[in-house]
Amino acid sequence: MNRVAQFKSPRLDMNPMVDMSFLLVTFFMLTTTFKLPQPLLVDTPLSSATVKLPERDVLILSVGDDGRVFMDLDGKFTRQRLLDRMGERYGVHFSREEREAFGIMTGYGVPIEQLSTLIAMSQEERQLLHQPGIPMDSAQNQVAEWLTQARLVNPGLRIAIRADRDVPYSRISGLINTLLDQNITRFNLITEQRIEEISAAP
Amino acid sequence: MNESFQDNQRQRPGEARRDARRPQPPVDMDMNPMVDMAFLLLTFFMLATTFSMPQTMELLMPPKPNPEEEAAEQPIRESKALTLILGQDDQVWWYRGLSEPELRHVGYGPQGLRKMLVDLNNEVPELVVLLKPLDQSRYENLVDALDDLSLAEVERYALVRPGPQDFELLEGTSALTGLYQSETP
Repeated sequence: MNRVAQFKSPRLDMNPMVDMSFLLVTFFMLTTTFKLPQPLLVDTPLSSATVKLPERDVLILSVGDDGRVFMDLDGKFTRQRLLDRMGERYGVHFSREEREAFGIMTGYGVPIEQLSTLIAMSQEERQLLHQPGIPMDSAQNQVAEWLTQARLVNPGLRIAIRADRDVPYSRISGLINTLLDQNITRFNLITEQRIEEISAAP
Repeated sequence: MNESFQDNQRQRPGEARRDARRPQPPVDMDMNPMVDMAFLLLTFFMLATTFSMPQTMELLMPPKPNPEEEAAEQPIRESKALTLILGQDDQVWWYRGLSEPELRHVGYGPQGLRKMLVDLNNEVPELVVLLKPLDQSRYENLVDALDDLSLAEVERYALVRPGPQDFELLEGTSALTGLYQSETP
């Protein structure tokens, strides 16, 4: 104890440093968007692509290994306007509360007729529910309708496909055809970074 | 460290000192743990922000052609064409040219498909690759093939549906097993 008292250490004023670091912490905390738990588990394939997905104006179509199609897009107001349009199109009425809840919801994979039920659930209940996927067959292609309306609401929307690596290609080609029917010829495939032998490549 | 902090708390300037052995100047907080923590959080949020966006590969498809336009479409030079057929069980079947194809077989990976593409791309200038995934191939096969194409720096490639000629060629190979069962899951 005595030795400590005798030793004259230079004193640094830490306050400005603390101020600055907390300022930065606050900034990063506010700008970070945390990922909500995904209702559909997707094991994306690996690739060496290094392009990052843009943060905004992205519509993600997820395809699970059983072929179910889920949809997710960002932007609360885009989602609310999209819901209005889809409700009009299919003759389903959504209340104010439902619009609010839909604006901040995670991805969804139910036919439009069941959407109200899904919205009414809590986050935990949704997580446990086995959602049947958005119908995408020739009889009723709701995915196509969602895409059309979403692009009317936000013309700058980018479409990204997040499919499981074990999905049969027939399902993917169905989805790509749906996109092409909407004149969407440019889209992104979401992959995971392959961490491997760059040197082993010829 | 915790202890000394509490000691500091107790010895407010106005209060009587309980511990006379340690004469200390009044408020003197050790800021270092706080700075440590702040920077730890800072590092965490900085890394979490930049690394959270997933990787993507961009795919540009030609628009669906009208019947009239289809006829006017420019044919690919036969010497430059390479067809890759992605089949079942992670197999790739390929042939060069269009009219007299000789079907060959290759696997995925840096020593298989990628090596073949790199070699061919060096050999043939302006190589055009037609990528034809069969319905029984997996999505991963498509991504692997696209990835190998971009790594081999093949600039021209297109995703096409396999035609009747391809099915004729594949007749008898293992690529076609179970074709008609797997239409839609």
